[in-house]
Amino acid sequence: MLIPFGWMLVSSVKLDAEVFTVPIQWIPDEFHWDNFTQIWERIPLATYLKNSLILSVSITALQVLTGSFAAYGFAKVRFPGRDLLFVAYLATIAVPWQAYMVPQYIIMEHLGLVDTHLSLILLQAFGAFGVFLMRQYYLSIPDELSEAARLDGLSEYGIWARIILPLSKPALASLALLTFVNTWNDYMGPFIYLTSNDLWTVQIGLRSFVGLFDAEYAMMMTGSVISILPIVVVFLLGQRYFVRGIATNGLK
Amino acid sequence: MASTPPTLLEPVRARPAQPPASGPARRRRTTLVGWSFILPNFVGFAALTLVPVVATLCLAFMQWNSYSAPEWVGLDNFRRLRASETFWIALRNTAFYAAGHIPLTLAASLGFAVLLNRRLKGIGLFRTALFFPYITSLVAVAVVWNMLFSPDTGPVNQFLHALGVQDTPGWTTSTTWAMPAVIITSVWRDLGYYMVLYLAGLQTIPAELYEAAEVDGAGPWARFWRITVPSLRPTTFFVLIMLTISSFKVFDLIQIMTEGGPGRSTLVLSQVIFREGITEGRFGYSSAIALVLFLIVLTVTVVQFRIQQRGER
Repeated sequence: MLIPFGWMLVSSVKLDAEVFTVPIQWIPDEFHWDNFTQIWERIPLATYLKNSLILSVSITALQVLTGSFAAYGFAKVRFPGRDLLFVAYLATIAVPWQAYMVPQYIIMEHLGLVDTHLSLILLQAFGAFGVFLMRQYYLSIPDELSEAARLDGLSEYGIWARIILPLSKPALASLALLTFVNTWNDYMGPFIYLTSNDLWTVQIGLRSFVGLFDAEYAMMMTGSVISILPIVVVFLLGQRYFVRGIATNGLK
Repeated sequence: MASTPPTLLEPVRARPAQPPASGPARRRRTTLVGWSFILPNFVGFAALTLVPVVATLCLAFMQWNSYSAPEWVGLDNFRRLRASETFWIALRNTAFYAAGHIPLTLAASLGFAVLLNRRLKGIGLFRTALFFPYITSLVAVAVVWNMLFSPDTGPVNQFLHALGVQDTPGWTTSTTWAMPAVIITSVWRDLGYYMVLYLAGLQTIPAELYEAAEVDGAGPWARFWRITVPSLRPTTFFVLIMLTISSFKVFDLIQIMTEGGPGRSTLVLSQVIFREGITEGRFGYSSAIALVLFLIVLTVTVVQFRIQQRGER
């Protein structure tokens, strides 16, 4: 399963001519580490990385904040119309994004936001996913806790901030990590909305490099390695939260 | 208990403890509090998800281009669709992708989950290895696999040669083999995610069931089919629905690996929606395709739901 990654790593320090040899050379004659310095001069990789970071961080922050806030309303406050509203959220999870991306694009065009980072931030920060995931977690927190806090005179906002939020750190971590990784890896969103080169994310930049220089095999692999490095770090830091996030999300 | 119901302007923190009994004023306040939590998210959600979803429904019955005013045309868009060769090719390709991606990913993820559901030292490493492709960027995955599938000296074909296959496939350069290449890549990428779901499902099966079956003389194969598979039914149901939705909306992987080619051999519905709606600015026509896509997903999901319900009875 990891062989493709191994091949990618090995190829990233080869010369172009050495990438496709028969038989496969698993240890290169010479390690061309300079591929990793050269690529920064070949494409504005630093700009791409910065753009990916801007998008991922702001979308993750907004998603976690508004998602966990809204989830409290859905899980812990009883009011008429609440469940109907939640069904509306749930229903859109089942609608493929492709089915409504055109109206979204028209809205963004009217707002003059096409080809800005803001368009992608607005589109991806308010998804139903975060609300859903956090609500599932809040439901597992016993109501007695918030009842007790209510009797102590804490407002609903206080209960959310002081009781529920500290208790749901694992779920917040899951949501943050999953959102970060999804945004970092997103291709279609930036592909549709970002046309200016200086706004491109790593994914779009890498794809365009591959399209332009389709014989520079080693450099393509170098770029791929750099594009997944941040994800490897995030993954290794929070591996258990990923797994827990997916498992909770899927089975309750 | 409280003689005067607290007004909305009163600082919420300062109010005394409330009894659970509810008057109309209290109910109104709770409603406002509830909404205030949901609102920050809901504004964005309503404007950019809910409204576009409803808009798609309406636009599908309208003619609207980037240069003309919207006009109600009834079923015209759907008539055009029926006559469009590209639409049928894309529909067939999408169905082909789904027919490969869904069963293969399901089988692979279930197989690996059962295999790795044991307490052994180092087993976590295997799980991580299987899960890892799912979170790596699709561009890197597509670029690497495109090179692995390279027809002449790519590692995949070298491997096939070593197995004695003479006439190795042209993979992404061949109209016949491009879709299988995409499917293989997608199964490799996605199986880790569904494996995690299955592993969670396997944890819920009581060990006594297996012990009892073993006492009764059931072999591993019989135990798998009689205990594991039926107990995992809820997980499988969820996995099937997720796989169906993700198969019918596939875009990124194909756009990066083959751009729908060679020819139109891997062109899928979401690419047609993108080209018609955003590149060409035919908002009405593309919404009609989007509606068809949604109806297909909905139908398949409802059918799976029915089968699941019948199985539970």
